[in-house]
Amino acid sequence: MWEAIRHFGDTYLMWREGPLIWGSDVLILLTIIGIVFALTYLKKWKWLWREWLTTVDHKKIGIMYLVCALLMFFRGGVDALLIRTQLAEPNNHFLDAEHYNQIFTTHGTIMILFMAMPFIFALFNIAVPLQIGARDVAFPYLNAISFWLFFFAAFLFNISFVFGGSPDAGWTSYPPLTELGFDKGPGENYYLVSLLISGIGTLGTGINFIATILKMRAPGMTMMKVPLFSWAVLASSIVILTVFPALNVALALLLFDRLFGAHFFTIAQGGNPMMFINLFWVWGHPEVYIVVLVAFGVYSEVVATFSRKEIFGYKSMVASLMAITVVGDVTWVHHFFTMGAGPDVNSFFAVSTMAVGIPTGVKMFNWLFTMYRGRIRLTLPMLWTLAFIVCFAVAGATGVMLAAAPADYQYHNSYFLVAHFHQALIGGVVFGMLAGMYYWWPKMFGFQLDERIGRWAFWLFNIGFYVCFMPQYALGLMGMQRRMYTYPADLGWGTLNFISTIGAYIMGLGFLFIVVQVLYSIKYGKRDVTGDIWDARTLEWSLPSPVPHYNFAVIPHVTDRDMWATLKEQGRTGELRTAASDIRPIHMPNNSARPFLLGVCFFFAGLGFVFEWYVLAALALLGVAVCLLARSFELHDEHDLSADEIRRTEALSGRL
Amino acid sequence: MDRRKTRRRAGQVGLLAVAMAVLLAGCSPEYMVLHPVGPVGWQELHLIVLSTVLVLIVIVPVILLMLYIVWRYRDKPDNKAPYQPHWASSKVLEFIWWGIPIVVVGILGAATVRTTYALVKPPENNVKPLTVEVVSLDWKWLFLYPDQHVATVNYCKIPTGVPVQFELTSDAPMNSFWVPQLGGQEYTMPGMSMRLWLQADEAGTYYGHGANFTGEGFAHDQFRVVAVGDEDFNSWVNQAKQSYPALTQAGYAKLKKPSVMGEATYSAFPKGLFNATVWADGGQYMPGMFNDVPGGKPDKAMSDGM
Repeated sequence: MWEAIRHFGDTYLMWREGPLIWGSDVLILLTIIGIVFALTYLKKWKWLWREWLTTVDHKKIGIMYLVCALLMFFRGGVDALLIRTQLAEPNNHFLDAEHYNQIFTTHGTIMILFMAMPFIFALFNIAVPLQIGARDVAFPYLNAISFWLFFFAAFLFNISFVFGGSPDAGWTSYPPLTELGFDKGPGENYYLVSLLISGIGTLGTGINFIATILKMRAPGMTMMKVPLFSWAVLASSIVILTVFPALNVALALLLFDRLFGAHFFTIAQGGNPMMFINLFWVWGHPEVYIVVLVAFGVYSEVVATFSRKEIFGYKSMVASLMAITVVGDVTWVHHFFTMGAGPDVNSFFAVSTMAVGIPTGVKMFNWLFTMYRGRIRLTLPMLWTLAFIVCFAVAGATGVMLAAAPADYQYHNSYFLVAHFHQALIGGVVFGMLAGMYYWWPKMFGFQLDERIGRWAFWLFNIGFYVCFMPQYALGLMGMQRRMYTYPADLGWGTLNFISTIGAYIMGLGFLFIVVQVLYSIKYGKRDVTGDIWDARTLEWSLPSPVPHYNFAVIPHVTDRDMWATLKEQGRTGELRTAASDIRPIHMPNNSARPFLLGVCFFFAGLGFVFEWYVLAALALLGVAVCLLARSFELHDEHDLSADEIRRTEALSGRL
Repeated sequence: MDRRKTRRRAGQVGLLAVAMAVLLAGCSPEYMVLHPVGPVGWQELHLIVLSTVLVLIVIVPVILLMLYIVWRYRDKPDNKAPYQPHWASSKVLEFIWWGIPIVVVGILGAATVRTTYALVKPPENNVKPLTVEVVSLDWKWLFLYPDQHVATVNYCKIPTGVPVQFELTSDAPMNSFWVPQLGGQEYTMPGMSMRLWLQADEAGTYYGHGANFTGEGFAHDQFRVVAVGDEDFNSWVNQAKQSYPALTQAGYAKLKKPSVMGEATYSAFPKGLFNATVWADGGQYMPGMFNDVPGGKPDKAMSDGM
């Protein structure tokens, strides 16, 4: 008995690995105890279940995505600080190679798939239905499934560090390094299985929002009257639908190789690792556009609102979104110019990559000329947008430099590349997500995040960013490769690495200020009583904050691109406030526990595949099947919200 | 408001200082990519400089324009700048900024394509090239000299002024062969033979490292490229032949095991070792893989021994 426990502890809980694991164990335990205690003490279990775990309301799902994204931002950020601490000086032994490899792998994977993705989905959910005058997304039940698949996939991925070991082959996971021959443990399985599960959910979200934007727009809202954020979501969803299947297939085939001895990507037996690399980047590069297009959408809303002006060149903006969507799908080979594809292929992909810069440049100019002859208010969302313009201009510039294939032979796999993609993803996506969070926060919660603390966070994060990543461009030119856990002293890399580490800590401090800002604002933040705290332009701002769960008591009729701004300008806002007699009962989807349970089943199935416990996997997959069957026979999944109740709610917010 | 302005200005000054420091530091020889010693590295550096200048021409005005616009159109009661909330399109302006990036991409694209094609040819046509076969292993580099019949581990001696044709493969996870001062990298992939032309015009010792992550020992996957004059190179070959042991099949099998090691020299190596390795690692499944590789398909007996 004792022996069995010790074996379990050594193999799965990795008790022999030392203080890093023990510390994580303790932190996780404390967190769980804290959460359970708080919920029990405050008697919130039922509330949690009814209001959140079983909800199909897009606004609540959006908030849950946001919470998860911020938590994962924290986790990924801690990984980043561990990495930077290890690299602060030459020949450092803060981490050993094995832990370092695990940490940079989880850092990359989490930041892209479990931070950036839920963050964009948070904004999809919070803003899109409100902007286009809809009462929910096209498939609310599917929306909940997408969330819970993401949630449990992220959970599965995160426990790997203390249960069996994390993946350690980089977030790109190239075979043959990730094949059984070179990488035995369960870590790589964690990566494959959790990305597969969240990938299924992501596809669902993509389908959902394409359907929502194409089919659920308010009457009168033609495609050329759709707000640019929703256009961006449409573009992003199209890219999701085009490329996520490629990732899922690549992951599934690699999983077959590892679990069932297939040879899709092995080096012997006629498999071909290049095929994985192609499939991975067929998804991997457009993935950048999936997240950054949404950020572009945020900037378009923010710039117009805080310049008190129509967006400049709306048609150009739409055209450039679509151009990026299409051209972005044919640039993936620039991730491996150095794999000997030959000059014909390299030339094509070099030029196609540079070509993506054209529509992006156009968007930059349009944002600038939206501000031109406007009236610019430097609120937090606007500050992050301005910071984006500077940061992304440089990221775009280094991107074009990297696209020049022969020059890339020198940048590839170096810190120059590392600096570039962090600048694109932080300066482009993170800044955009934060701008979006600040912008729609009052709409979500009914209060504004404190400006003063927010400015501290803004400056710390921005200054930290440049201190952290500018030296990395230089390090790349000094020949430093990415993913080395340590480096010798005689190459002169020490000073710049040390500066970079300081920058990372300043960014970490900036993040802490955001946390403080949120906590402070819950109590002291400015309350939003009008529902239009920014004096904004699109339909979501015509609603009270927070928005009632049926969104619009009466669906508005749209005649203008910036509908809400036009109504305000012409003094016609009263048109959106309907007489009590016009209110009709509303069909609303029922809450359901099944999406949550489906997620639980997928979690255990995933765990089964990770450790090759096939009985567990089979039982859990049976659970999945039962959930799907039960849904198929569910005939009544909607209820009517009575007109009286709607009148009461509207009256409460003073709208009747 | 004033404090905010001071803070912003301080930020700008700080940024400028960092940029200047980086530019000035670029002159120091530690910036290997900026100090090439051969024609390949030089061609790549030219492209790097050209692309840097071109993108700066675009982004510097954009950033300055942004700062100007934010300052001029800030929302203050006494701001006299024009305010036109419905001015939202201008064919001429949009024509200009669809045009600017197209022109920049056109120029850079043309230069890129030209250099891309140039680099697959030997940098020099009048000198007989040297061929070095490179096998990346966990975590070391094996260099085979098919014409000189000697082999080395973790260092590679080459003559100056002679184009070197590196034939690359891997008998481990894929890696990337990078000697920044000679020129850009190329992957080493199991089952494939890839080619990289490099040349050193100055004698010296140059840093090289595996550039693609290969697991635990990756950080120690370093090697040197030593460029010496023609005569020194020949005498080194003769010395290697006389005073070092030969690399045997068994010795190679030992090398292949994951480990980190120092440098080694061998007076000989099994004939056709490189091609046999490529064949055994999957080259046998790739039609045409050996069409362009000196030595062609290995004979069966040899590859069975791998």
